[in-house]
Amino acid sequence: MYSFEPSEEQRMLIDAIHKFAAKDLREAAHEADESGAFSEALIGKGWELGVVQASIPENLGGFGEHSAVTGVLAGEELAWGDLAGAMHILAPGLLAFPVLAAGTDEQKQKILPPLLEGAYRAATAAWVEPFFDFDPSELRTTARKKGDAYILDGHKCFVPLADRAEHLLVFAAFDGRTQAFIVPRTTAGVTVLEREGNLGLRALPTFEVKFEGCPLPAAARLGGEAGFDPLLLLNVTRVALAGMAVGMSRAAFEYALAYAKDRVQFGVPIAQKQAVAFMLAEMATEIDATRMLVWEAAWTLDKGLEATHAAALAKTGADDMTMMVTDRAVQILGGHGYIREHPVELWMRNGRGFPMFTGLAMV
Amino acid sequence: MIDFEMPSPIAKQRVMLQTVAENMMRPVSRHMDEHEHEIPWDYINFMHGAMRATSAGSLAPQEKKREGPRLGYQILANMIETLSWGDAGLYLCTPGGGLGAAAVEATGTPEQKERFLKRFQEELPVLGCMAMTEPQAGSDTSSIRTTAVRDGDFWVLNGEKIFVTAGQKSLVETKGFVVVWATIDPSSGRAGMRPFVVEAGTPGVTVTKLEHKLGIRASDTASVVLQDCRIPFGNILGSAEVAKEKSTETGFKGAMATFDATRPLVSASAMGIARATVELVKELLAQQGITIRYHLPRQKLTHIEREVIDMEVMLRSAWLLVLKAVWMADQRLPNSSEASMSKVKAGDAVTKITQRAVELLGPVAYSRKLLLEKWFRDAKINDIFEGTGQINRLVVARRILGYSSRELR
Repeated sequence: MYSFEPSEEQRMLIDAIHKFAAKDLREAAHEADESGAFSEALIGKGWELGVVQASIPENLGGFGEHSAVTGVLAGEELAWGDLAGAMHILAPGLLAFPVLAAGTDEQKQKILPPLLEGAYRAATAAWVEPFFDFDPSELRTTARKKGDAYILDGHKCFVPLADRAEHLLVFAAFDGRTQAFIVPRTTAGVTVLEREGNLGLRALPTFEVKFEGCPLPAAARLGGEAGFDPLLLLNVTRVALAGMAVGMSRAAFEYALAYAKDRVQFGVPIAQKQAVAFMLAEMATEIDATRMLVWEAAWTLDKGLEATHAAALAKTGADDMTMMVTDRAVQILGGHGYIREHPVELWMRNGRGFPMFTGLAMV
Repeated sequence: MIDFEMPSPIAKQRVMLQTVAENMMRPVSRHMDEHEHEIPWDYINFMHGAMRATSAGSLAPQEKKREGPRLGYQILANMIETLSWGDAGLYLCTPGGGLGAAAVEATGTPEQKERFLKRFQEELPVLGCMAMTEPQAGSDTSSIRTTAVRDGDFWVLNGEKIFVTAGQKSLVETKGFVVVWATIDPSSGRAGMRPFVVEAGTPGVTVTKLEHKLGIRASDTASVVLQDCRIPFGNILGSAEVAKEKSTETGFKGAMATFDATRPLVSASAMGIARATVELVKELLAQQGITIRYHLPRQKLTHIEREVIDMEVMLRSAWLLVLKAVWMADQRLPNSSEASMSKVKAGDAVTKITQRAVELLGPVAYSRKLLLEKWFRDAKINDIFEGTGQINRLVVARRILGYSSRELR
């Protein structure tokens, strides 16, 4: 049966996240973007909402059934608060969800309970590489077999919290396809470089990381000897990012709408001018339309069906929609939209990154 | 609970109608397009027989009390999408009441529904239609000038309607009816608007013109003149009270309620054309060895792949908006915003998809050898009738801003 309403349980989760997003994330967002980070206390509080934990089974340290649909609902709401904050809070999931989806039983038992039980512990993934034609399926970072072990070589960028994560899930080309390796940060040959400065996500500490002849045991390879289907995780990250994009775009839309109703020019609120009203109508329509694509892709993942098509549509749609919506939000605020006192320019800077954020979100 | 599982009644119906579309519609598409005022009796008679057999009756969902979730509008939307995939013009020739029956369903009394709708289930196929637009009144429906004056047990209608879809088939070719929107009080604008059923054969109602159109040529688009057209008093849709009160917006709101219900269904028709187009584009490209690599980043996609993915994003997202709008209608949730959003998106999507498809496939698409150029022509009306894209943006904008029609013109 078709149905387009979150369940009661999901609604409760969304409401709880919304309160946190509105009161904590949103309030701190501007300062965090200016200063470069959210406080540990706030991240800890966000972690306690249990978004990641709720999507991992009890016997692995979580407290719920895995659900990508719930994940995108939660991701939308957290990103509505702040994208960088959302990514920071959910960073442990960058390791946890791939391990859940594709890890061996040993890997699940070793990695998940310590990550999920108790206070926030940073973890991360390294997928993106600093080349204009970066392709998640054709990586320049490589892993090669050496006896029973692997040797990792390469260069990653946009790695959140690399300076403090205990483990990095590093995506590398092995035997002609993308695979992943669970790499302790202290492994020989791993160098976390200086903190990056980016167009957006300025409140999320991200880093370039070099891997030079890093030796890894066989057990480090995600999925063990058999590995895993890289398309699965590519689809998952696309859907997760698309979900967050919808949330952040919704924030920009709502802000611009409120401003347009308030801002009087030529004797009336500018929202009463068709040009502006139509921009807002289209923004609302595109956000709703994209959300449906995201939901369908997440539902397809949960059903265990082939999700590449749905994930591609959701991600492509979300990338374009987000740029349109955030650009228009700045435009609607006019000159004031250009000033950092209002959050719309921040959302536009963050919004431009979605096509590039592979691996920075998972469900 | 978010769920995208297609209910099996819909899945079954789609399979059946896909066969109808492929066998009864596509083979005659080109012929009907080039013989604009020929009546597609084979299709009409076939559909009438099929609908009688399944007791579907009219195009307005009449849900009998039964167990299980309501699916009426979802079923209709899927039916319309599939038939329009076949041929959007022919779909508009499907017997059953169309917008006319929808208006009766939305605003009629039980007695009126019985009286007017039963003809759709009888031996011969019958069509119904709705007449709103006038030469000087398009998007501004409240400025219609057709009058209805009470005269004892009758109403006397005078006026001229244009752009009446299926006017000829409803009033001349079959024993159907037209729902005419007229005013009982010209000075009161919207408040005076009422719907009146004028049955085929009534003296004083004449089809005066059949338009020659860019597309959907199989569907007749008629001008209908009412000249001292007398209809029974009881043909005013809704209770008699509606007739007495001059200063009520019930009539206008009735029109709007009809449109809320039918708007996503028109969007559904647009999406059928869009799907036909995207499928054919992919098929033609595949024949040339070109497939779409969905896993690649945008920088690595060829331009053609980008175009196709963009089309598919529009196609799928617009369709899901339609599905959501009709699902809400089935849940009896107010869906005015979603209905209008679906129309904004669908009108835009089918226009862009068909225009890009013709561009993309070059000379092959420009030729009449393929139906692609026809779909380009069929598509355009979807951003225009049943509320233009601009009016629907206005409706959406008023909703999201909480503005009345006075505050946002």
